[in-house]
Order: sequence, then C-alpha cells, then structure tokens
Amino acid sequence: MENLSFDLEATPLREINQFLHGDASNLSGKTIHISNPNGAHNIAVGLNAPVHVTIDGHAGYYAAGMNQHSTVTVTGSAGTGVAENMMSGLVHVKGFASNAAGATAQGGLLVIDGDAGLRCGISLKGADIVVGGSVGSFSAFMAQSGNLVILGDAGEALGDSLYEARIFVRGTVKSLGADCEQKPMDEASSKILGELLVKAGFQDIDVDSFKLYGSARTLYNFHVDNAGAY
Amino acid sequence: MCGIVGLLLKKESLRNRIGELLLPMLIGMTERGPDSAGLAVFTETVPEGNLKFNLYAPSMSFKWESLLNEFRTLANNKASMSSQGNHAVLISNLPIDTVKSWLKQQYPNIHLLSAGHAIDVYKDTGRPAEVAERYDFINLKGTHLVGHTRMATESAVTPAHAHPFTAGTDWCLVHNGSLSNPNNIRRKLEHEGITFETDNDTEAACRFLEWRMREGDDLETALDKGFDALDGFYTLLMGTSDQLALVRDPFACKPAVVAEHDDYVAIASEFRSLAHLPDIKNAHVFEPSPKEMYLWKI
Repeated sequence: MENLSFDLEATPLREINQFLHGDASNLSGKTIHISNPNGAHNIAVGLNAPVHVTIDGHAGYYAAGMNQHSTVTVTGSAGTGVAENMMSGLVHVKGFASNAAGATAQGGLLVIDGDAGLRCGISLKGADIVVGGSVGSFSAFMAQSGNLVILGDAGEALGDSLYEARIFVRGTVKSLGADCEQKPMDEASSKILGELLVKAGFQDIDVDSFKLYGSARTLYNFHVDNAGAY
Repeated sequence: MCGIVGLLLKKESLRNRIGELLLPMLIGMTERGPDSAGLAVFTETVPEGNLKFNLYAPSMSFKWESLLNEFRTLANNKASMSSQGNHAVLISNLPIDTVKSWLKQQYPNIHLLSAGHAIDVYKDTGRPAEVAERYDFINLKGTHLVGHTRMATESAVTPAHAHPFTAGTDWCLVHNGSLSNPNNIRRKLEHEGITFETDNDTEAACRFLEWRMREGDDLETALDKGFDALDGFYTLLMGTSDQLALVRDPFACKPAVVAEHDDYVAIASEFRSLAHLPDIKNAHVFEPSPKEMYLWKI
C-alpha cells in the first residue's frame, strides 16, 4: 500500500483535493496523510475512490462531504457539516463535531468519538451515524432513513418530524420533537444497533442499555380520512 | 456573516505580545468579515481619578493638537493625548459626561469610540489586514481583547457601524449574527434616557446589557436577561475591565470555538483563527453550548 503525505501549510487545499479526485484506479488502496489542516474548509470533499485519508488535526467546514468509498479519519475536531451528504465509505472524527454532522447523508458510516453539535443527522437519508458523546438539539430532524446511535445524551426536539430513521439513545433525551416517540426495541433493531457499535469500535457497550426512538407516523403518512380530498 | 475573536492572556509575559498573537486571529477571519474590522483591548489602567477616551476623526490628517489645546481650556484641566492618524486617546480627569457634551458641542464630527480606565478601541472600514496596519495592532499590549471582522447585513458599512460597540465605561461587545428585535430594545432604552449613535442592531444589545449592569445586575444576571430580551441569531463576545464573556443564541446559529490553555483563553468563530496560537496542540478546544454563559477572568 502506497503512502503519501501532504502538508496544508505548504500545498494549497485545491491541489490536494484535485489529487484526491484523480483516477480512482490509481488512487485505490492508497493511504494519504494530510498535516496542518488548521481548520481549513472542504478538506477531502467529494472523494470517489477506496483510499484512506487521515486529516491530522482540526478540520473546518464540510470535511469529507459527499464522500463515496473512501475512509477519512479526522484526528481532531470537525467543523459544521462533516460528511454531509455522504454516499458510502467511513468518516471517523476522533474529537468533537460541530453542527449538522452527517446532514442528508445517504450511505456509509460516520463515527464521532466526542460530542456532536446541533442538528446532527438532519434529514438523514440512509447513512449510519454513531456518536460516542452527546448530540445537540434538533438532531435527526426530518430524518428519513438510516440510524443515529447516541452513546451520550440528546438535546431538545430529538427526531422532530421524523420519517423512518431509527434513533438509539443510551443517555437521557431532553425532549422529543413532534411525532417522535419511544419504541420497543425489536430484534431487528437490536441487531442493527449491535452491528453498528462493533463497526464504530464501541463493541463493549451493551445493546440493552439503549432506548429506541422512531416516528409515530401521524405527521407524514397518508391518512385514509383524507382520501376524499384528492 | 462576521468573524469574532477574543484573547485573554493568563501568563504575564505574553501580555506584551497580545497584538502579535491577535494579528493572525483577526486576519484569519477576513473571509467572514472583509468590509470592516476593529478591536477593544484592555491595557494598563490610567492613573486614579482619570479616564481615557478613544476618539475617531473622519480624516487621517485631523489636527488633534488643536483639539487638545482647546480641551485644556475647559476647567483648566491637564489632559494628555496620544494620536495615530484618525485615532486618538485623550486622558482627562474631567467627568465622563463633561467630556462627552464638550465633544458633542465643539467637535460633532469626532466619534467617541470608548471611555474607561483600561479600554482602547480601534475600528474602521477596510479589510482586517489594512485596519490592523493602520493602527499598528501588532504592537498592542494588554491583558485581554475582543476583535471583530464585519460583513454588513443589516446596516451601512461605516466606521461607526463597525464593531466593537461600547457603552458606559470599560465595556465592549462584538456580535456575529443579526437581531430581529433591535428596534423594540432601542425604544425601551430610549425611554430610560439612553441615546443611540447608530441604527445598528448590535448597538442595541450592547446598550441593553450595559444598562442592566448600571441598574445593579452583575454580568451573569445581565446576560440572563439578555437571553430573554434579545431575539435573533447571535454569538456575542464581551469584555469588561477584568473579564471576557461569551454567549450563543439558543439555536447556536452562529459559530464559536474556544481554546483553553494554561497560558491563555482564545475564542474565535472558527478554529482557523486559533490554529497558530502558541502550543495550541495542548489547549482544550471545545465548542461552547447554546444558551450557556462562558466567563473568563484575567
């Protein structure tokens, strides 16, 4: 496996991103190390090849956004919108993540070891997010599918206007949003949770210590009483 | 969009270098606020019985000496002054209201930037690097400061609309965001006899909090009332003679990152502005929670 290093203090971000956007067959299997990110925005966005990228430090906004196939590790914290609209692959933030982590993500796994800010997993569309710490208010707002696993606590209005995403919370929930309710932990959900905890490196955490939240399906669903209106 | 930065130096030996440490922080926020910049720095206090007044003239070649000579004839006071282009610091033992009304009558074009025992304020239009150069920010000394880079959204780009805003003495505030009820606050405060200098929303927040503290609230209580009174998006960073304070609105619409280190506390809208601080790798970096008060004392 080939290793490559970039220093963001010496090489412009655009050059690094353009390299990462090169021919997928050439990039495949490479390990790329980016030092001195220093909070720069848009690091490693739009990747589309099975590469391993390590951002060694704090990343700015939209790190690893739109990710496909690649594994991106941020050793520090990540700014707003980390892994937003991810399609596949793995994004691992070892520190905390700011607001809107994993927003609209459609596939892949986002792991945040620390806390996530507000609106984590907003409009989630199929990806999985595992947060080792707590999440801020309005997380999983209008989340459509996928799983949000929270090992810590959740802020206000969790899962407001939720569609069919699952939310697993180990700690306390400050308040639930409209149409979000606690559900009995069924076998299928328990299995999904167990697998996600293993994938995210939290295999020692007991699945039974979580509560499951989902949609009460009173807001979005077609209601038979309204049939005459169409 | 706007950028805010703040720095409080716990280590005495760093205090001679506050300007040098601030400079990359402020310039790092250029993209967030390219139209104006400013800062308030808390320096050594003036001799007892005196106040210092920071003044802004509309022209870089303003004749500060004649203003000083004229001012000295007022009750035969022994005021002193240092000046730098369109900025001057006047030190006087006359009461604040006397100085204010004299300025208003004699020099209505001179803008009073700040009054206090330790506060100096510099602000002007232009890119942050230009403003920093204009006022030699790199050589500033002091214990703590707040800075701002502005991208105007709700009022004009003029020196008076740039941040920080001040009210009373040794009190300043910078704001990233926009308030939706500044006119209500303004009307309420005008009933209390408080006058405004601009139509800027931040000035309303600044004067509201200063008014609460003048009415006897401590900073925490004033900020608590601020959460109820101020509607809109805000990250507010404030300075008093011995404290920095930070609050974010309940929706955390506007960003903030804090780095706490044994030698300093640094605050910025984004980590970009903290990245070059000394030994930042060993600082505790975190994102302040919405609707929480963060206070640091020198």
